[in-house]
Amino acid sequence: MKKVIFLIYVSLFIFNWGKAWSLIEVDITRGNLNPLPLAVSPLSVDQNSKEKFKDLLKLEDIGAEISKVVENNLRQSGLFNPLDPKAFLQKPDIAHVKPRFEDWALIKAQALITGEVKIVDEKLRVEFRLWDVLAGKEIMALAFTTVSENWRRVGHIITDKVYQRLTGEKGYFDTRIIYVAEEGLKTSRIKKLAIMDQDGFNTKYLTLGNELVLTPRFNPTNQMVTYLSYFKNLPRVYLLDIETGIQEVVGDFPGMTFAPRFSPDGKKIIMSFAKDGNSDIYTMDLESREVEKITNHPSIDTSPSYSPDGKYICFNSDRSGYQQIYVMRSDGSKVKRISFGNGLYGTPVWSPRGDLIAFTKLHKGKFYIGVMRIDGTGERLLTENYYQEAPSWSPNGRVLIFYRETKSDSAGKGFSAKLWSIDLTGYNERMVKTETDASDPSWSSLLTD
Amino acid sequence: MSLNKIFRNILLVISASILLSACAVKTTGKLQGDVYTGKDTVEYLASGVPDRVFFATNETVLTTASRETLRKQASWLRKNSKINVVLEGHADERGTREYNLALGERRANAAKDYLMTYGISGNRISVISYGKERPVDSGSNPLAWSKNRRSVTVKAN
Repeated sequence: MKKVIFLIYVSLFIFNWGKAWSLIEVDITRGNLNPLPLAVSPLSVDQNSKEKFKDLLKLEDIGAEISKVVENNLRQSGLFNPLDPKAFLQKPDIAHVKPRFEDWALIKAQALITGEVKIVDEKLRVEFRLWDVLAGKEIMALAFTTVSENWRRVGHIITDKVYQRLTGEKGYFDTRIIYVAEEGLKTSRIKKLAIMDQDGFNTKYLTLGNELVLTPRFNPTNQMVTYLSYFKNLPRVYLLDIETGIQEVVGDFPGMTFAPRFSPDGKKIIMSFAKDGNSDIYTMDLESREVEKITNHPSIDTSPSYSPDGKYICFNSDRSGYQQIYVMRSDGSKVKRISFGNGLYGTPVWSPRGDLIAFTKLHKGKFYIGVMRIDGTGERLLTENYYQEAPSWSPNGRVLIFYRETKSDSAGKGFSAKLWSIDLTGYNERMVKTETDASDPSWSSLLTD
Repeated sequence: MSLNKIFRNILLVISASILLSACAVKTTGKLQGDVYTGKDTVEYLASGVPDRVFFATNETVLTTASRETLRKQASWLRKNSKINVVLEGHADERGTREYNLALGERRANAAKDYLMTYGISGNRISVISYGKERPVDSGSNPLAWSKNRRSVTVKAN
């Protein structure tokens, strides 16, 4: 059986590789210690458009700003090494029409991104090209138009296209993170729902901080969020429409509902319901409001997460005596424990590719973020720290975002909570910039696919 | 926070400091196993009726001391039959958020069940879990964690 899976994996790999074949190839399946050097030439802007964008967006040079978004994304991915624009010999407008490949090869760029920004009917029109410097040819060209306020997203979409062309896999840059923004003393922490672009820009706060909110998660179309709110001191699962701001309680059971997530089709919410000292897993159909009890056990059953095909659920239970990870069919049958290593396991989340489950592990006073196969084999710990938990997958299943807390002294000094990301390879660990302290991150799917 | 509650807290702080200055022994709490047995954070529902019980790491079992505290609460509740209570269950910061919410709920219910076996009607007791969201001690050390693993009985009216 293992051999068959292995063969499927290999053939998929060859297929993908074949599809994405070009002279430049970035291998993202291993830790990348030699990121690909490339040049992101500032996008060229004609004088007229430049002035108009200056009025509209208060940006000195929109072309250079969009390039910076792309450059920063590529650098953060850990797979690319964007070269310093000061070393560029060719002017942006000429480079975009016909790059002098010798000049770019001289600064060791293997790929080159060029582009042009224009204002067309009050809208932002961007055209960009990706060039293979060594082969001396264009390997991709795309143009799109959008409202000018979306200029950062333009940079993210360009990054996604470049990433996909060079790695053979979809990107994760035109995405958002929903999280809990934290402020104040540890003993009376104020928590708000916040949403931001994947690179930490455009932060918006969705609640005011009047009540405690925890564990927000996107629906598959990124328009809705489910989370836990202590509104009126009744901890219940809520649903929030991000555009309209309308909130409604969905888990109004006679007790606490918590740990919510959407089903992969977005039609149900799966959550825990705690009553009389026992937590079980339930689903609620959002249209019919029909409730179904999925687990029925006197232990704590929580943190449920669906497989991408919706057929299975992984969850956290202490039915063996301590917190471990279990997998069952989505109707609650065939429950099977999959974590057997030393220590406690929590917060299982099924990867968007379906082959792995990410988790938090507590062992000998340290917290780890790790992954294992869905049958529990192949456990791999990616990062160790004093306290960290709650991984969430990037939509392409290559990166995990989670939160990390630091130790505090008896007065609470030294405490912080921050978002961090790490590649599935265990490399490229980075703090994710947020305006305030932050926890409980959840990654959206691609906004444009 | 109502004025009443603030007033009550001030009173408690005063009475606690009188208590503390009265005894010459070390005022920091102590541990038995890893269950807190000190009085540092304890408030009183009435004279001699402590408001909280403490738990061992990852445990929801009531210790002998906890059962004694709850018996005192039960007898106080029997005498004050118009008072309803909320049991607030808590966990320490060394656990995953969602599991800790369930753990806090289980701890508060362990206390509730015990009060009920001593004749207090379940209708007078409601339960809420704060998981690890509302520690009383902000420290990151075993003593602080032991104070935070608790179920607190709070007057609801």
